[in-house]
Amino acid sequence: MIIAEQKPIPRIVEMLEGHKSMLVVGCRSCVAICLAGGEKEVSILSEALRIESDLKGNGWQVDEVTLERACEKEWVGEMREKVSGHDAIISLACGVGAQVMQELYPDVRVLPGLDTSNMGAPEEQGIYLEKCGGCGDCVLHLTGGICPIARCSKSLLNGPCGGSQNGKCEIDPDVPCGWDQIYHSLERIGRLDLMEVPIPPKDWRRSRSGGPRKIVRKEAVLTPEEKSARGAR
Amino acid sequence: MMSNLQSVLSSGRMAVTAEIGPPKSADAETVRKLARHLKGSADAFNLTDNQTAMVRLSSIASGVVCLQEGVEPIVQMTCRDRNRIAMQSDALGASALGIRNILCLSGDHQCFGNQKEAKNVYDVDSIGQLMLLRKMRDEGQVWGGDKLEKAPELFLGAAANPFADPFEHRVVRLAKKLAAGADFIQTQSIYDVDRFERWMSQVRARGLHEKVHIIAGVMPLKSHKVALYMKNKVSGMIVPDHIIDRMKNAADPKEEGIRMCVEQIKHLQSIEGVHGIHVMAVAWEEKVPVIVKEAGLLPRPVV
Repeated sequence: MIIAEQKPIPRIVEMLEGHKSMLVVGCRSCVAICLAGGEKEVSILSEALRIESDLKGNGWQVDEVTLERACEKEWVGEMREKVSGHDAIISLACGVGAQVMQELYPDVRVLPGLDTSNMGAPEEQGIYLEKCGGCGDCVLHLTGGICPIARCSKSLLNGPCGGSQNGKCEIDPDVPCGWDQIYHSLERIGRLDLMEVPIPPKDWRRSRSGGPRKIVRKEAVLTPEEKSARGAR
Repeated sequence: MMSNLQSVLSSGRMAVTAEIGPPKSADAETVRKLARHLKGSADAFNLTDNQTAMVRLSSIASGVVCLQEGVEPIVQMTCRDRNRIAMQSDALGASALGIRNILCLSGDHQCFGNQKEAKNVYDVDSIGQLMLLRKMRDEGQVWGGDKLEKAPELFLGAAANPFADPFEHRVVRLAKKLAAGADFIQTQSIYDVDRFERWMSQVRARGLHEKVHIIAGVMPLKSHKVALYMKNKVSGMIVPDHIIDRMKNAADPKEEGIRMCVEQIKHLQSIEGVHGIHVMAVAWEEKVPVIVKEAGLLPRPVV
């Protein structure tokens, strides 16, 4: 899932300069699970903004809505009536959701209420860890099911480096060394032989370095006829 | 032309290398003065590459200053600051300017330095870097296969840290560096000699000491505080308590630090498979000649 955290309220207030009527939009997917942008966070932020408006005499109109999934046009399209009349959307969805909103409502300014951080998982309640580097060329089969791109501070393909000590990374005694984890995972699986094989320089074309990525599933793409038939329905 | 370091190592004599930290300035004279002072005390000198991620005079430029003084450089090159394009270009540039030795390193994370907000590169790691540079040298091709009209002349080094974890993997990582193209290895500073000896016995068990030149690293201590700092704050360093105590109880800690370093060098030379000594006198480079002399490693051979 996508892990994000809310921007501090003063930063959000700064972004709102010049706006009068705003819709706070949340998402019930990933950002709800990481307690950043679900229904509850939407209502807390909305209330905080109303208080700010009352205190400063801003005269803001603050409304709220929480979508099922803010990264899909179908769901984002359903809030059209709610959006109407507002001059700003404060997105408490991830950066993907915020962009889909901007695409669907091009005349309204979409402001990011969250800082989108990474692809990760809840470690325990309230703690979320980055897990996947999204490099487009997965090597988990070679690394004991632990991603070296995301979980090594240097994204090394042949770690651990000389800064790994007592299972910790050189950058911080609280950060586990990703390659130490890989080593022990491979040890448990009985595949330490994989630690012996040098992994050559990676082809980063399938990562962000190759430019914005697009995946086409040909069999799923609608033909122009199918599209117009769907539109008519 | 073969590097002096390569000649000394292949002659079977105990090599000596030492480290020069380029200044945090555009002043070449600092490097020039050190090079003049240190000339003749080691076979080649490492020029560190923005060590601990602090912006410094570039290692290649510092290496050229050394060459101008008739001192052989080992240019350190980290994967932190350059992608494979810059890395190969710098290796060609270094070779073109007469630099023969390049030490391939992952590099300290940028969080230690004065550019904490920087984006690191790590397009390749030190093992990938060795693969790139060896391909250029041996096959006359850049990565991907385009031909070089003139291949760089390089003697390739890598680092090994027997004090990092997991300990059992350290010899495996050394083997990977050999397989990737390392001709010589410089180790992290050795204070825990027992652990180093255990590592060396693993190295010998795999026969790696016959395939690569291992140069054992030492760092003279100035005070027990420095020792404590390295023990507690530098990840991947082990400083046993008896060393800290010895420094603490010394009447003249600096003198004691030099004496201890000399003792370590004498002992390390006796370990089978150690082909050289690397002296890292950080911000204390002027002491290198006396350390090397006291250790009985002067004069340096002319090969």
